[in-house]
Amino acid sequence: MQSVIELQKPVEIFSSASAVGKAEFEGPLGDCFDFHDESEKFGQKTWELAESELSHNVLALALNKAQLSHSDVSFLFSGDLQNQCVASSCGHVEEQIPFFGIYGACSTCTEGLLLASLTLNATKEQNIAACVTTSHNSAAERQFRTPIEYGGQRTPTAQWTATAGGAFLLRCGTRAPHIVRVMPGVMVDGGISDPNNMGAAMAPSAAASIVSYLRLTHTRPADYDAIVTGDLGSEGSELLSILLKTQSVDISEKHLDCGKLIYDPANADCHAGGSGCGCSASLLSAFFLKKMGAGEYRRILFLSTGALMSPSSVQQGKSILGVAPVIEIVRGEN
Amino acid sequence: METKEYQALVKRRAARSPVVKNCAAAFWCGGLICALGQLLIYLYTLAGMQRRDAGTLTTITLVFIAALLTGIGVFDRIARYAGAGTLLPVTGFANSVVSPAIDNKSEGLILGVGAKIFTVAGPVLLYATLAGVVWGVVYFIITLFV
Amino acid sequence: MELLLSLVRAFLVGGVLCVSAQLLIDLTKLTPARILVLYVTVGVLIGALGIYEPLEKFAGAGVSVPLLGFGGNIARGVKEAVVEKGLLGAMTGPLTAAAGGTAAALVFGYLAALIFHGKPKSQT
Repeated sequence: MQSVIELQKPVEIFSSASAVGKAEFEGPLGDCFDFHDESEKFGQKTWELAESELSHNVLALALNKAQLSHSDVSFLFSGDLQNQCVASSCGHVEEQIPFFGIYGACSTCTEGLLLASLTLNATKEQNIAACVTTSHNSAAERQFRTPIEYGGQRTPTAQWTATAGGAFLLRCGTRAPHIVRVMPGVMVDGGISDPNNMGAAMAPSAAASIVSYLRLTHTRPADYDAIVTGDLGSEGSELLSILLKTQSVDISEKHLDCGKLIYDPANADCHAGGSGCGCSASLLSAFFLKKMGAGEYRRILFLSTGALMSPSSVQQGKSILGVAPVIEIVRGEN
Repeated sequence: METKEYQALVKRRAARSPVVKNCAAAFWCGGLICALGQLLIYLYTLAGMQRRDAGTLTTITLVFIAALLTGIGVFDRIARYAGAGTLLPVTGFANSVVSPAIDNKSEGLILGVGAKIFTVAGPVLLYATLAGVVWGVVYFIITLFV
Repeated sequence: MELLLSLVRAFLVGGVLCVSAQLLIDLTKLTPARILVLYVTVGVLIGALGIYEPLEKFAGAGVSVPLLGFGGNIARGVKEAVVEKGLLGAMTGPLTAAAGGTAAALVFGYLAALIFHGKPKSQT
C-alpha cells in the first residue's frame, strides 16, 4: 500500500551542481547551469564515457562548493539511462564511495533523493549522502533510437533526451532547502506503447502520484508554491491536466514541468520538450533550489516521471509504464 | 479514466506531423535527387558508358555523396527537413548503412562497425533478396512451361 | 531539349514517389524501415510483372533512384540470371543485381567510419 513517509529527521540538500550540453545551454535557462560543454564529449572519446565524465564532474563540483571531498560521503545514489546504469558506475569508480546504482528512467533523480533521505534517516546523524543523475542525448539516441547520423523525422509528440546532469549532497538538517516528506511511486500502465509519446505514457503516473499525495497528506495544490513534474513535456503536461480534472484536482496555477522549461518551445526540433534523468536533476539544482534559496518558493512538490521500457519491450508490443515518486522540499531556515 | 478511454484521448490529441509541409519538402528534395541522378546518367553515357553501367555508376555516385554528407554530419539535418525526399532515394539507403558504421566505431571495427553496419539497412537487403529469389524461382518455373 | 525533358520527368516522378512515402510516414504508424522494405518489395513485384521496365524508360532516374528501382533492378537481374543459369540464377541474381549500390554503401560506410567522428544531434 502506498504511503507518504514523514521524515523523522528532515534531510537538507546543502550543496548541488548542474551541467548541460549545447542545446540545453542555448535554452531559456542556459545561464543557470554551472557548466556546459558545446562538444558534449566532456573530454572523452565516446558518448558513453562522456556521460560518465559528466556524472563524475557534477559530483566533484557539488563537493567543491561545499568544500568537501569524496571521502566525506557515506553513500552515493547514482543513475542514468544507459544499459546496466554503466555511466554511473564508470564515472564514480575511483571515488570509493559506497555505491547504489539506481534506475528509474527519467524519475531517477527523485528516486535517488528519496532513497538517500530514507538512508540518512536510518543511519548515523552526521552521514552525508550524494545523489547524481545524468542523461546524454547521443548515448540515449544510440541505445534507444537510431544511429546519431541517421536522417529521420520525429513526430511532434517526441521528446529530446537532455544532455544534462545534476548532483546533490544531502545530510540531516533544515538550514538549506530540505526534504520533509517523500512518497514512492506506484507503476502505472496507461496502455501507451508509442515511444514517440513518452509524455502520454508518463502522465497517468504523475496524475496518480499527485492525487495520492494530496489525499494522504490532506493538502491542496494551493498549499504549495510549485508542483514540479520531471519531463512530461508539453503533450504530457496537457494530458496530466486533463487527467487531474477528471478527479477534480486543478494544479494549473502551480504546475511547472522540467521538460517544458529546458528548451525554447519556439524551437520546433525539441518537439514536445526535454526528457532524460538529467533534465529534472539539472533543473532542480540550477533553477528550483536556487529559487528556494532566494526565498521565492517556500514549499514545492517535486516528482520526476519515469518511462519504464526498453527497445525490446517496445518492439515486443509491451506498453510503456510510468512511475512518479514524490518528494516535498521546504525552504531552508536561515 | 479507463485505459481504453485514455488511449483514445491520447490518440485524438496527439499533434499530427505537418503533412502538407512535409510532402512539399519531400517532393522537391526527392525530385531534385532524382533529377541529379538523371543528369549523371546523361553525363556518364555521354562519356561513352553503356546505359546500364551509367545507371549503376549513378547509384554509386549518389551513395558516395550521401556517405560524405552523413560523415560530415549534414545528412541528418537535411533529412529532418526533406523526410521521405532523402529517405526513399538510394541516398536514404546509403545513410542507413553509413550512420551505424560511424556510430558503432566506438565498439571496434569488427563487432562495432562490422556487426552493426546493417542494423538499419538489413531489412531492406533481406527482403529485396528474398523477393528476388522468389521471383527467380517463379520465373524458372514459368520458363519450364513457356 | 531532350535532356531537359528527361530531367523534368525524373524530377516529377521521383518527387511523386517520395510524396507517397511521406504520406505513409505521416499518416500511418509504419516505421521508416517498414516503408523501405515495402517499396523495395513492391519494386521487385512490379519488375516481375513487367511494369518496371516501361516505367523506367519513361522516368529514368525518377524510378531507378528511389528504392523502388533497387527492387526493379533486382527483378530484371534475376530474370536474366535465370535465363542464363537456370534455377541457380534465382540464387545468384538478386545480390548480383544489387551489388553496385550495396558494395558502394558498405565501402563508403566503412571509410566514413574510419575518417569521421559522430557529432551530437543539433536542434537547430
